[in-house]
Amino acid sequence: MVDSSQSMQAEQLKPPITRIGVIGWLRANLFSSVFNSVLTIVTLYFLWKIVPAFVRWAFIDSSWDTTGAACRAAGGACWSIVTKNLRFIIFGFFPYESQWRPLVAMIILFILLLLSSNRRFWKKSLGYAWLLGLFGMGLLLKGGLFGLSSVESTKWSGLPLTLLLSVFGLTAAYPLGIALALGRQSRMPAIKSLCIVYIETIRGVPLISLLFMSSVMFPLFLPEGITINNILRAQVAIILFTAAYIAEVVRGGLQAIGRGQYEAAESMGLNYYQKMRLIILPQALKIVIPPTVGILISAFKDTSLVVIIGLYDLLKTTQSTLSDPRWMGFSIEAYIFIALIYFAGCFSMSSYSRRLERELYRGN
Amino acid sequence: MDNELQKNGDDRSPGEPIIEITEMHKWFGDFHVLKNINLTVHKGERIIICGPSGSGKSTLIRCINRLEEHQKGRIIVDGIELTNDLKNIEKIREEVGMVFQHFNLFPHLSILENLTLGPVWVRKVPKAEAEETAMYYLEKVHIAEQALKYPGQLSGGQQQRVAIARSLCMRPKVMLFDEPTSALDPEMIKEVLDVMIDLAREGMTMIVVSHEMGFAKSAAHRVLFMDEGEILEENIPVEFFENPQHERTKLFLSQILH
Repeated sequence: MVDSSQSMQAEQLKPPITRIGVIGWLRANLFSSVFNSVLTIVTLYFLWKIVPAFVRWAFIDSSWDTTGAACRAAGGACWSIVTKNLRFIIFGFFPYESQWRPLVAMIILFILLLLSSNRRFWKKSLGYAWLLGLFGMGLLLKGGLFGLSSVESTKWSGLPLTLLLSVFGLTAAYPLGIALALGRQSRMPAIKSLCIVYIETIRGVPLISLLFMSSVMFPLFLPEGITINNILRAQVAIILFTAAYIAEVVRGGLQAIGRGQYEAAESMGLNYYQKMRLIILPQALKIVIPPTVGILISAFKDTSLVVIIGLYDLLKTTQSTLSDPRWMGFSIEAYIFIALIYFAGCFSMSSYSRRLERELYRGN
Repeated sequence: MDNELQKNGDDRSPGEPIIEITEMHKWFGDFHVLKNINLTVHKGERIIICGPSGSGKSTLIRCINRLEEHQKGRIIVDGIELTNDLKNIEKIREEVGMVFQHFNLFPHLSILENLTLGPVWVRKVPKAEAEETAMYYLEKVHIAEQALKYPGQLSGGQQQRVAIARSLCMRPKVMLFDEPTSALDPEMIKEVLDVMIDLAREGMTMIVVSHEMGFAKSAAHRVLFMDEGEILEENIPVEFFENPQHERTKLFLSQILH
């Protein structure tokens, strides 16, 4: 009897209750010490100063569908700069009557990205869907077939250009970075030193200088009469730049994999490519998901640097809108709008990476 | 059980040689780890290698499947000489299974995937057939119900049994065991040894680096004692334990048996 009641007690003891109700929570989290109490009060003061004023500016006094002059009269936020210039900010110089084409292309891209984010759909058919989608998007942007009017690539601008540079920049840079990381670990001295020189050189220069080189210096070396599309050159510069950073992150992941995994794979008779593809890379890449996504996010934002070689990406079309005298002085509103677009891109990348980490968790 | 296996050990009717090592030397830098190793292993033979740490016993069996490279002498496995030829190395590795001290399962793959990977990619066995074989061997190491789990969810003893099953799935001609029980908690050693004894009973050729003297007595044909890179003594288990010849063997045995 005594024994059983004792064991009952031992099993059923609950943790001691240390907080009760709202007051308990407040005390534990906001006023646990003098320093914390001061911090709480200072924070509350600033929130009280900022939040109501911001809400008033952004929502109550704001104008949504007026002219610039009417905005100035109203005094609040002038969201009209976004709504009235939306099509220019998003599509830039793409011919006005054909702007449905980049819109459809972007929708195709989003659908494909959404499908690809679910690992259950990673089948051959998805690969074909991408091929078809890429062809479709190219056709929509370029035109010249099936009765679509031809559009010069110099007219590609705004959000489609930003997406083009970043989506293809990142998807091409990732495998290239992995190849460079493997090359840097290679036992063949020529390959190894080539990869080291490449990585260290690229990491040693700013992206801006690479972009300048690709747009100003590179054409000088080409024979007369041959030109390479400006967008393509920027795209290549972004890929080369991002790949060098990814290579170093992946190398870190490779170093985290113990000797035993290599030996187990080798002792089975797997050759180098099988060993890397099936055993080492899946583990190494999983480990480095957080820093890799960090690089992809910053590369996505860095695509806005193409303004300096005269490409009209999302940031540049917004700036052009701001230089219109009718809309001068409303830069905050316009920048908030594109900040939201960039944020949506970055945030979906980082939440996807967190989901991927959860899905790939294997209890170790 | 002891008797049956011991009998095998006694009447030693060796099959044809499957591993022949002649005058093999190995250096790590300037350090002479293996000195003039001569060893012939016959089909169906089970050999235990023991010796103090740093004596080169692990290095010796790692040379047999080229996880370590020897610098002098010859190693012939199943009629193929180990050279720098990658094709030969891969061919030998297909025929030689290895079980490691730290299991080295692939943590990102399920138990079943760990077992089918080699057969599917190296032996080009169809996936369904490889899974059938995998389940057969998992059954054999008494762990079939864990097939869909991941290595990180299993205990050390279970992981080592999976590792043994993984090697068996390649249907190897020789199995190498590199201190298979030394990383295990004491209560898990027996479950792994039992699996190894089952394997011995089926006539698998085994080379085991281990200090498990019980296993050596009941399952081995020969015990090798190594010290400072040399094979100092070699005998059938009974003689080895009861009548060691070399001073260093006596010292070693007195240390591990007490």
